[in-house]
Amino acid sequence: MSVAAAGGASVRVESCGKTFADGTRALEPATLDIARGETLVLLGPSGCGKTTMLRIIAGLELPDTGGKVLFDGRDMTSVPIERRNVGMVFQSYALFPNMSVADNIGYGLKIRGVPADERAKRVAELVALTNITGLENRRIDQLSGGQRQRVALARAVAIRPGILLLDEPLTALDAALRDRLRGELNRLLRALGITTIYVTHDQSEAMELGDRIVVMRKGAIAQIGTPREIYFTPNSRFVAEFIGAANIIEAPVENGHLVLPGGRQPIGGDASLPSAVAMIRPETIGIVDAAGAPLGGIIDSVSFVGDRQRMIVSAASARPLTVDAPNTVQAKAGARIGLSIAPQAVRLLPPEG
Amino acid sequence: MRDRLIFTAQLIFTLLVAAFLVLPAGLSISAGVTVNYFRGIKSGVTLQWVAQVWELYAGTIGLSFLIAFATLAVTLIAGVPAAYALHVRGGRLARVVEEIITLPLAIPGLAIALALLLTYQGFGEFRRSWLFILTGHVVFTMPFMVRSVMAIFATVDIRTLDEGAASLGAPPWRRFYGVIVPNALPGILAGALMVVTLSLGEFNLTWMLHTPLTKTLPIGLADSYASMRLEVASAYTLIFFVMIIPLLVAMQMFADREQAR
Amino acid sequence: MSHKTFVWLCLLPLGVVTVAFFVLPMARLVVTGAAGPHGLAGYLAILIEPRYRATLINTVVLAAATTVVTLIVATIAGMFLQRHRFPGRAVLIAMLTFPLAFPGVVVGFMIILLAGRQGLIGDFSNRLFGEKIVFAYSIYGLFLGYLYFSIPRVILTIMAAVQKLDVGLEEAARSLGASPWAVQRDVVLPALAPAFVASGAIAFATAMGAFGTAFTLATNIDVLPMLIYTEFTLAANFATSAALSVGLGLITWFILALARSFSGSAVAAAG
Repeated sequence: MSVAAAGGASVRVESCGKTFADGTRALEPATLDIARGETLVLLGPSGCGKTTMLRIIAGLELPDTGGKVLFDGRDMTSVPIERRNVGMVFQSYALFPNMSVADNIGYGLKIRGVPADERAKRVAELVALTNITGLENRRIDQLSGGQRQRVALARAVAIRPGILLLDEPLTALDAALRDRLRGELNRLLRALGITTIYVTHDQSEAMELGDRIVVMRKGAIAQIGTPREIYFTPNSRFVAEFIGAANIIEAPVENGHLVLPGGRQPIGGDASLPSAVAMIRPETIGIVDAAGAPLGGIIDSVSFVGDRQRMIVSAASARPLTVDAPNTVQAKAGARIGLSIAPQAVRLLPPEG
Repeated sequence: MRDRLIFTAQLIFTLLVAAFLVLPAGLSISAGVTVNYFRGIKSGVTLQWVAQVWELYAGTIGLSFLIAFATLAVTLIAGVPAAYALHVRGGRLARVVEEIITLPLAIPGLAIALALLLTYQGFGEFRRSWLFILTGHVVFTMPFMVRSVMAIFATVDIRTLDEGAASLGAPPWRRFYGVIVPNALPGILAGALMVVTLSLGEFNLTWMLHTPLTKTLPIGLADSYASMRLEVASAYTLIFFVMIIPLLVAMQMFADREQAR
Repeated sequence: MSHKTFVWLCLLPLGVVTVAFFVLPMARLVVTGAAGPHGLAGYLAILIEPRYRATLINTVVLAAATTVVTLIVATIAGMFLQRHRFPGRAVLIAMLTFPLAFPGVVVGFMIILLAGRQGLIGDFSNRLFGEKIVFAYSIYGLFLGYLYFSIPRVILTIMAAVQKLDVGLEEAARSLGASPWAVQRDVVLPALAPAFVASGAIAFATAMGAFGTAFTLATNIDVLPMLIYTEFTLAANFATSAALSVGLGLITWFILALARSFSGSAVAAAG
């Protein structure tokens, strides 16, 4: 299986902002560096500017004056998308209804003047790569959602782009299909190895597919980091709550401990301020005997979710805590229990979140 | 740079086409109020031609309005209940009936007029009156009223409203004028505007069906183009514009409003 | 009274009007067409008789030319207007669509003002070349007249179709490297094809059956509606004119039925 241009191009977005004609500020000036071959995910709720950022990199939108887009160090800001050699997968797939699957995939090659037999070979390669053998002569309206997604991907990759841009490629599919295709997509992207920029609002997609994640909010970058960094050390309340489940606790600090209604909890990090906003992930809270535990509470409810038990514990802190306990823990609703949390699992967040 | 060029080229092209359409109309309006067309606006502005047209053709203008509103009345009485019946009944019969009443749109007015003449030539009184022209106009404009009302029925889900009223005990006739018609008003109004506009401007049918005593405005226009001086013909055309353009604007506003729903 | 009875009553007035003033007369027309000296063969006269055939060909060629030119003009102007916003756009659109309800006679008059003996074009050419160009009363004048009432109608249909185009498809083609011309050729025009067929068929049918314009411009232009008119009123050939009208009606009905199978609704033929 032939791979696209080895590694692809590196991308630098320099101070790119975007204000639309009607005055909406879709993107605050932002700077991003994307390494060759890296998969970068732009993650955030709708309206956060992630699609605008993608379109600026693609060349479908011009950044506000002062913004620059560089591929491998070359200034592409004024180059239209037709000449940027990017491969783009649109949210609605944008497959051409007047052409067959094979013609769709080969379209970029046809534009580049690739002779018919070479084109046919390349199309066959991609059909095999994306698992759609047998569909070459179908018309677009005869395909299912998952099949269309694969055709869109094949079409974008066929031209050996330096950069692959994906705009919420799985959002249009139903949940079960999405889960299945996510794994396939991941394997494919790894195999291709091209620089990839992926836009999504789904954090599990982001965590699974991204080498690095850029969390965005209201047109600005909230945090950039690897999935682990974002998950374990979010730098704001917004990021903490957006990725995974989070218990956010606001409490006064005394002697390096959080002072809570249910007891005291030692903090691992810098505890110099008089009060703190702390995040604790549900799976880092251990359930122990109430006797002797520095922090305790009452179990409100226990839900069996399959691979673990999700418990709601009240009286430990001002608001109920969500605790993910392994199935081996035997605890019932109404029971008084103790909570054991490692100090390093308490992550302090800046006050305004 | 290239985009600017393409934009400008397209703009010029579109302006030329618009000029083609607007210039003669503008000329006609100005000629209608100019003392002498050949000397142009320098010869002075006057309403004498308009006055002359009124003297000669007031009758045709009046008859045109009479026929237009009579056509409206007939299409309302026949078309609105029929649209309701077709919508409610649905099925193959409805489609066949719709097909039949839409046929006059596909067949040239000339052919329809010929058909009417051949059939009713014997009924002297009828054939010589304006009622004969009325029948042609009704046949031609009916599909517009019916379709306009059926379109609004579909949008407003009239069937559910009808069933709701029936479940509350209202008999069919009461439901019709108390629930169906009020809710179909936008469609009825749009259809009415269209019927009146079309009737006022109808020529193909009317030319064949008219007599020297039953001339409508378009007939008068043809007359004046053939035999009157340019200024008079232009003044007459001006009067026609003044009558028809407000109606067209109203129809456009209606259409925009419906689209915005 | 039951609901069912009420529904039938609702259909009654329409039924009476339609049968009395359309169905019966049309039947009479068809019968008359076969009542001439040739009998049923009179219907084939439109194809056999050299004079009628020439007229038919004339009419078809004229209608076809009108359709092609109108589609090209309307597509360029329609796409331009739908895709760009600029001051004065609304006025420009109004200027292009106001002739929508003009009867054929008025269109004829417009052409006379443009290209008649005292027309604008004649004046212009006189000043430039010393020779007055007058063509209102020829087939070219008629062609211009047909353009005059076809362009507004087709522009509206094209603009509506352009509005419904999926911009994503064009962006996808561009992302694959397609130049603006390639985007038009491979994505936009194929997507507009149904609109072209539908509005083109309507323009063709309208041009075939148009009478008022030809009547105003002259009685010696050789198109089918004029032929029917002269046969009926001047030569009193009822059978021939009836047969010709039925033939013309069949042709226009067929073209419009084709149009309906591509779009959802049919637009009126007027003038």
